[in-house]
Amino acid sequence: MVPLSHYLALSVILFVLGAAGFIFRRNIITIFMCIELMLNAVNLAFIAFSRSLGNLDGQIFVFFVIVVAAAEAAVGLAVIIALHRNRESLNIEDVDSMKM
Amino acid sequence: MTILFYIFAAVTILAALNMVLQRTPVYSALSLIVVLCSLAVVYLLLGAEFMAVLQVIIYAGAIMVLFVFVIMLLNAGHEVPSHRSRIAKWLGAPLMGAFLVEMLVTIRDQFPTTPAATAAHLDGSPAAIGHLLFRSYVLPFEVTSILILVAVLGAVVLAKKDF
Repeated sequence: MVPLSHYLALSVILFVLGAAGFIFRRNIITIFMCIELMLNAVNLAFIAFSRSLGNLDGQIFVFFVIVVAAAEAAVGLAVIIALHRNRESLNIEDVDSMKM
Repeated sequence: MTILFYIFAAVTILAALNMVLQRTPVYSALSLIVVLCSLAVVYLLLGAEFMAVLQVIIYAGAIMVLFVFVIMLLNAGHEVPSHRSRIAKWLGAPLMGAFLVEMLVTIRDQFPTTPAATAAHLDGSPAAIGHLLFRSYVLPFEVTSILILVAVLGAVVLAKKDF
């Protein structure tokens, strides 16, 4: 039987990888994917705790996280498309000013 | 069961590492799909069948197709390395390492021998989730539908030609 701590350790490792990618990557689409990776790490922790506590509420939270991630992906990718149309670039260091 | 978890945990971590290290967004997206699918297997091992199916259909299916579509639409190629933000390089790595070590130590101290399933049986079937979702969580569920409506409208407006 796998102990709960191993599931949580996997979750933490995935979260740190996502956060590190968020800091070190320069491509805005890759950064967006790193956010999805962090959301998935949190989902894993939710489901592991749900199993451990014998309570389904954690899985309901995962459901809502997936829904919010889908909405976020739709809006975020539209923002990226608009950004690329205006700046001709996907590098976040080209979009560090608030005015055109 | 036990060996399956370690195999898929290793696959997940390696794919996530590959995703972060790749310089081409398409490779990152494909690695992320591997991560999502192997996480779905981990969910299955945890008895969350409905969430595993949802993970594959919505995440690996819908969301990642959207990502790959946008990557190909914008023709996102090789990432150009830049040296403008040194603070991320010098401060980010130690902070991430410290966070990782701290969290792992905390988990080891807090849950030293807790088995993954202390409860006898947990029903993660669609029926059980549906009962909970439409009884206790019916208001958040309805709010979610408004959220998706706003997201769809926002995506259409933002991606329009003259924005």
